[in-house]
Amino acid sequence: MTREWTLDARRLLCPMPVIKTQDKIKELAAGDKLVVTCTDPGVLHDIPAWCRINGHQVLARETKGREITITIRI
Amino acid sequence: MLTNINPKAISLISGGLDSMLATKVILDQGIHVEGINFFTGFCVEGHTQAIRKKDRQKKKRNNALWVAEQLGIKLHIIDVIDEYKNVLLNPKHGYGQHLNPCLDCKIFMVNKAKSWMEEHAFDFIITGEVIGQRPKSQRKETMPLIAKESGAFEKLLRPLCAKNLPETLPEQAGWVVREKLYDFHGRNRKPQIALAESFGFTGYSQPAGGCCFLTDKTYAKKLADLWQARNKRDYELDDIMLLKAGRHLRPKPHFKVIISREEGENHYLSGYRRDFILMTTLSHPGPVALIDGTPDKGDLELAARLVARYSQGRDAELVTLSVMQPDGTRSQLTVPPLLPMEVSDAWHV
Repeated sequence: MTREWTLDARRLLCPMPVIKTQDKIKELAAGDKLVVTCTDPGVLHDIPAWCRINGHQVLARETKGREITITIRI
Repeated sequence: MLTNINPKAISLISGGLDSMLATKVILDQGIHVEGINFFTGFCVEGHTQAIRKKDRQKKKRNNALWVAEQLGIKLHIIDVIDEYKNVLLNPKHGYGQHLNPCLDCKIFMVNKAKSWMEEHAFDFIITGEVIGQRPKSQRKETMPLIAKESGAFEKLLRPLCAKNLPETLPEQAGWVVREKLYDFHGRNRKPQIALAESFGFTGYSQPAGGCCFLTDKTYAKKLADLWQARNKRDYELDDIMLLKAGRHLRPKPHFKVIISREEGENHYLSGYRRDFILMTTLSHPGPVALIDGTPDKGDLELAARLVARYSQGRDAELVTLSVMQPDGTRSQLTVPPLLPMEVSDAWHV
């Protein structure tokens, strides 16, 4: 069963959202989903790049005002 | 000869060209390599771009991630902010030109990579160091010192200058062919650029001022000022991030005013409203300012006049400002903006 997790990385500047995402994913199982909320627009590049080199899939990216949400499948 | 049919190396990836080349050289010898990158809090990586609106439209990338993706290797980014404090505050080998403890920093990072290597059953460490490349940390005398003080000893391989150094374990063990390593030395970048071309690398990062804010004169001055004002050599992550944003003016030893320069910094500084006194102009468009320290009533009025000076009401008779305390209590001040000659050059940190 797919479990969905959230991570609040708002106000953190890159690479901290990437580090928090990386550390959170270490705790999760293959198939889980993680929704990361951030405010540094750098995550739009950095989190997908980190996912590509580590074999995770970005399912969605959404920007609302200054908040960015990235959904990842582990 | 040691028997290990699948040796694995961990490579310190800064995001610059040298570590990219060093990693590629070892990958091409059929070694499994993964990257490691340490975040100290002082890394230049995109912070000011994230803070300032005018830079937000620039295409951003984390160079270490970009390098890892180009090379097709995994990258482990490690938060060392807390541990790094001791390196910066108590550098055994001293500072470089500013507050950069480059040699201690390199020893620290190789030591951290060694711990990671042992924990993950890897066999050796790669760096992109080149003898003579950097005046503080990359000299002929510092190469064995780094290997020794980090505890990595013969497990530390510098592929770009290995032929100028004694054989290391990966070479002795036959995992790596020494003849296929390099003998680069000195500050000349031509050999690296030629090697990059031979690999077909383009678009790599070559930061002129290095990748660390501690080598930046202006930043180092702000950090030294922070320590002096607090009478304590210490910092938290927020302290060192705030030094990257806004104008910093210290009208008196016991308080400093951080004034935003544009809209992106307005938002960024406003995020600290629960930690500092926040001032904003009400009667005229103007900046957001944080007051760091222990200002009394008169000091707040001086700070307000200074903030008004940087608002569009600078030529008005009076400017009204909102003053919000960290507990959310709000008040207003109406003050005459400071005249240009009243803003001392010595206030600028």
